[in-house]
Amino acid sequence: MATQSATLPKPQTASRTRPRRELALGKQLLYQAILLFIAFIVLFPILWVVSLSLDPRNISRPTDLYLIPPGASLDAYRKVMDKPTANPVTFGELALNSFKLASGTAVFATLIGVSAAYVFSRFDFRGRRFLMLMVLMVLMLPSIGTIAPLFVLLNKIRVTVGETTFILRDSLWGVGLAIISGALPFSIWNLKGYLDTIPRDLEEAGRIDGASHNQVFFKIILPLAVPALAVTTFLGFLSGWTEFALSWQFLTQPKDFTLSMSLWNMTGQYAGQVPWSNFAAMALLVATPVAVVYLALQKYIVGGLTVGSVK
Amino acid sequence: MAAIAQNQPSRFDVWRNRTATIRTAILYLAPAFIVMGIITFYPLVYQVWMSTTDYGVRNLRADAPPPNQVGLQNYEQIFTGELPVAIANFSFWNVLAFNLVWTFTNVPFHVIIGVLIAVLLNVKGLWLKRFYRAIYILPIVIPTLVIATVWRNMYDPDFGAINLLLAEVGKIFGISPEVFKIRWIDQVDYPISWLPLPLSYFALLITNIWLGWPFMTIVATGALQSIPGDLYEAASIDGASPRQSFWAITVPLLRPAMVPAAVYGIVTTFNLFNLIYLLSGGGPLRKTEILVTTAYRLVNENRLYGVAAAFSVIIFFVLLGLTLLTNRITKATERYDA
Repeated sequence: MATQSATLPKPQTASRTRPRRELALGKQLLYQAILLFIAFIVLFPILWVVSLSLDPRNISRPTDLYLIPPGASLDAYRKVMDKPTANPVTFGELALNSFKLASGTAVFATLIGVSAAYVFSRFDFRGRRFLMLMVLMVLMLPSIGTIAPLFVLLNKIRVTVGETTFILRDSLWGVGLAIISGALPFSIWNLKGYLDTIPRDLEEAGRIDGASHNQVFFKIILPLAVPALAVTTFLGFLSGWTEFALSWQFLTQPKDFTLSMSLWNMTGQYAGQVPWSNFAAMALLVATPVAVVYLALQKYIVGGLTVGSVK
Repeated sequence: MAAIAQNQPSRFDVWRNRTATIRTAILYLAPAFIVMGIITFYPLVYQVWMSTTDYGVRNLRADAPPPNQVGLQNYEQIFTGELPVAIANFSFWNVLAFNLVWTFTNVPFHVIIGVLIAVLLNVKGLWLKRFYRAIYILPIVIPTLVIATVWRNMYDPDFGAINLLLAEVGKIFGISPEVFKIRWIDQVDYPISWLPLPLSYFALLITNIWLGWPFMTIVATGALQSIPGDLYEAASIDGASPRQSFWAITVPLLRPAMVPAAVYGIVTTFNLFNLIYLLSGGGPLRKTEILVTTAYRLVNENRLYGVAAAFSVIIFFVLLGLTLLTNRITKATERYDA
């Protein structure tokens, strides 16, 4: 509704400044109607969640649609911050776990992925195609495709100190390893796609001046690849931040739980009495930080994804 | 030392120079391949071995005996559906068929809707382009995990936003709100009697179309903006209608950008775990289960680790087939362009 009223003043100014229209008014209005309708469909779920999250009544299931509920407040956010699920953990602890997992795996996968990507992009040697094919094959397999062996293998690694036994599988370290197992091939492939687009002139000039492979890599390639490194790290972060299946399977102690596990805990079958306002606030708190960064990096991301997937 | 080396290069130095490239390559590949060797390739090999055993919960304990070798029994049981623990409505073939139907019904919607909207947004003189582009990007930037959980609540029969909205619209036409207690996720009867797809499939489809088209619009917009305007002018001077120039100019010139995007879409949609597991949960009666959600349930719910390993090996070969198929599509269209 608000968007519609915002469009109204525009026609007059546009038609006055431009004597001949590029688009006939009838068609313009028709297209505007279609595009507004699409905008409504896109915005509908988002507005619904925002509206729910502001609902002050703390009832389990609101029965009306509001854009801004009467008496809107941020109570739901406060509750979610304090104790989002039945487990004795705060939002901050959950977010910290998610952040550790996401940033740790993303930075690690990018750092050790970039040197391999550099070789695949710039070196020619026997066995290169075979090695690339190996990376491509594991890239194809979704992380759930290796969940059974990873669960069993990580479960075998235990350290007993006195009364307590540390099981690698039942820890953020174990989940992190499992995530890296899928994130590393993606990093290599994605970075290779970007490195392929960096022109070779500079490094050839460098090599003529007598630079070694190491110098070319650290002094020329890496600085040029900073945007690619940032995007790949972010995409890795995003998949770690929203990773669900592995953490849900591996982790059993509430102190290790992540945001995505808790969001699921507040949905559907597990969430009998969780007020939807709390769920909505939680959903927005999980989504907003990564959505904002995605918007900022969007220009660099979308092109790279398809390049990486086909080449 | 330096003086000696200068006078007569030793055999070691010659070897060093000749292998400099390959040694650098090995050095630079080593970190990634050592890590992948331990946490990716070794588990994959282990998985193949696991798939020939009856690995179960009893083998998980620290001092547990190794599992029994059962040969190809797991594979046989997956294909026949007679698993060691009876799982209601388990059928590999139904899951595979649904997975393919799911993928190849979603992606065409994404591509067609995405391209049409991109073309519409590219019309000269259209108002508010930037405003629409800013809104249409939103489904891409919101994590699928959040989208799936939110839409799950939206499909709630009594309180979900979809039914409430339909009831509001229905009121205008004098339809009772009771009509719109649609059980989007749980309804077992097929909404179209001759089409064996449950209502939750359509719910998933709607959500995934909502989620999927903006990506295609971005890709198509990029390609559209690189089509020179002269082409359209020339066509219109030659008397081509807008429709004719759409089919003769726009579509062929979009193809090189859209085919890779569609392939990417096919692979993503085929393995769309988060959306299906969190939205429909594969239900009702496992009718919207895809391969990866089934594999996950075999581990997570049934704890049949051996069977799950065999299932994942099968998934690997299915994906290999799918990749070869999509490669063929890409190649075929490349030839078409040339």
